[in-house]
Amino acid sequence: MKEQLYSYLLMLGDNSMILAHRLSELCGHGPSLETDIALTNISLDLFGQVRNFFQYAAELKGGDCTEDNIAYLRTEREYYNCILVEQANTDFAHVIARQFFFDQFQYLQLKQLEKSSDETIAAIAAKSIKETRYHLRFSSEWMRRLGAGTEESHIKTQAAVDRLYPFVDELFTASAIEKALSDAGIAMDPGTVKAEYEQETKTVLEEASLILPDAAPRFAQGKQGMHTEQLGYILSEFQYMQRAYPNMEW
Amino acid sequence: MSKEVNLEEQFQARIDAGERIEPKDWMPEKYRKTHIRQISQHAHSEIVGMLPEGNWITRAPSLRRKVGLLAKVQDEAGHGLYLYSAAETLGISRDELEVQLLTGKAKYSSIFNYPTLSWADIGAIGWLVDGAAIINQVMLTRTSYGPYARAMVRICKEESFHQRQGYEIMLGLAKGTPEQKEMAQDALNRFWWPSLMMFGPRDHESPNTAQSVRWKIKRKTNDELRQQFIDITAPQADYLGLTIPDPDLKWNEERGHYDFGEINWDEFWQVVKGNGPCNRERIEARTKAREDGAWVREAALQYAAKKATRNQSKAV
Ligand SMILES: [Fe+2]
Ligand SMILES: [Fe+2]
Repeated sequence: MKEQLYSYLLMLGDNSMILAHRLSELCGHGPSLETDIALTNISLDLFGQVRNFFQYAAELKGGDCTEDNIAYLRTEREYYNCILVEQANTDFAHVIARQFFFDQFQYLQLKQLEKSSDETIAAIAAKSIKETRYHLRFSSEWMRRLGAGTEESHIKTQAAVDRLYPFVDELFTASAIEKALSDAGIAMDPGTVKAEYEQETKTVLEEASLILPDAAPRFAQGKQGMHTEQLGYILSEFQYMQRAYPNMEW
Repeated sequence: MSKEVNLEEQFQARIDAGERIEPKDWMPEKYRKTHIRQISQHAHSEIVGMLPEGNWITRAPSLRRKVGLLAKVQDEAGHGLYLYSAAETLGISRDELEVQLLTGKAKYSSIFNYPTLSWADIGAIGWLVDGAAIINQVMLTRTSYGPYARAMVRICKEESFHQRQGYEIMLGLAKGTPEQKEMAQDALNRFWWPSLMMFGPRDHESPNTAQSVRWKIKRKTNDELRQQFIDITAPQADYLGLTIPDPDLKWNEERGHYDFGEINWDEFWQVVKGNGPCNRERIEARTKAREDGAWVREAALQYAAKKATRNQSKAV
């Protein structure tokens, strides 16, 4: 059980971390100062969540394990984030759509995790959900703005939705660990919130004059540590200092 | 003509009496223009300054450092926002100011035209660049133009936090492994002289200083501020156990100040003129952000307009 809890915390943390990394790439390059500041804020919140999850995981692992060992010193196949969050910052529409699809999921997930039988997870969820509620409001508002703004913004945003929505399915495919831990009342079985997710998502998209694509889900096994080719590049950058200068304090 | 002279005299009398000038007050055209130039230059520096530090966000060596750096760079964006707003009170739009930056009509601090080549540069910039900025900005909290002075009060608090954070990074490196110490020394070597250049040309080559002092935009000259910075910073370098790359730097008991070597003014003017290591890249990055973001800003405007019309028709 402890092993499984450890892996589960890694999955939760990796989702937030890889998305936070993508957002951090944009700092200083946003379409306006206001959006630059807002996206950086979200990135900061997500990194804060990562630290909570990984500090707890490090505690479970014991020995000299730290949040940074966990964040920085795994191989590509040992990261368990979903494929959605590693998708590139193709344009602002992709950034917003990726955020919206994730926020909506994360909000429902944290709502469940607030009731987790694991007290630490429940406490982290209770703290994080306030932030995620704000992120969701931000990304939903921008979905509406872009979807119903100009013709150009509509086309770009629909393209982002078409591209990214097929990765959403993975969020709801429970891994073996999610299944086992949800039976124990610790984790959420994501299947249980799928209908609600679809409903909420559809409402916002309709308000944004956007449509959900009919396309089949993309084959995605991020939760099993199988990623797209993009993750390797994210990690080479992310891990650079720790790999080049091992065992040092910063 | 005589009425104009009279207004100017009254204006100067208000400044001499230590009064704040507010946006709706009468002001000489030159005062307004000088302020637009200086405040926007300051705002541009905050924004362009995000780039060299932003360069290390994705490679920060620990989660704690990453969050610290992200938050710092975000603060700089906030400083840019307050300053653009302060400039806007003088009757110019943020958009116009941005165009001035991208076309090279407006300047920004030359320090940001140097590249960040290692993680230690993030420490050095916080320590030296934010440190130098604070010296200037503390003075500006008492400048005569109200909105500028108030923006400075807010900004100064955050800058001193940045300076401490940068110094703490340097301290960790200087007390770390030999490789880390070498990294810190190398960063100091590269950033020391450009930091001294941040205070601008020598006083006798700075034609604007006299007028700026009269208007209390400046209360101290470039050379005075530079000396103040060196006097504060030299002992901090000693404490780190790092060597400032100036063989002429030494304490002068008689003057009560550090003596220091000659700045390479040729380099200074070259970088000001656009030939520094990163001038083009910085402007290109800002231009790209503006161009890539154009459709987003347009969509936001159109959406707001549509919403306003809808609300209006509802109200009817
Ligand atoms: Fe600043
Ligand atoms: Fe700063």
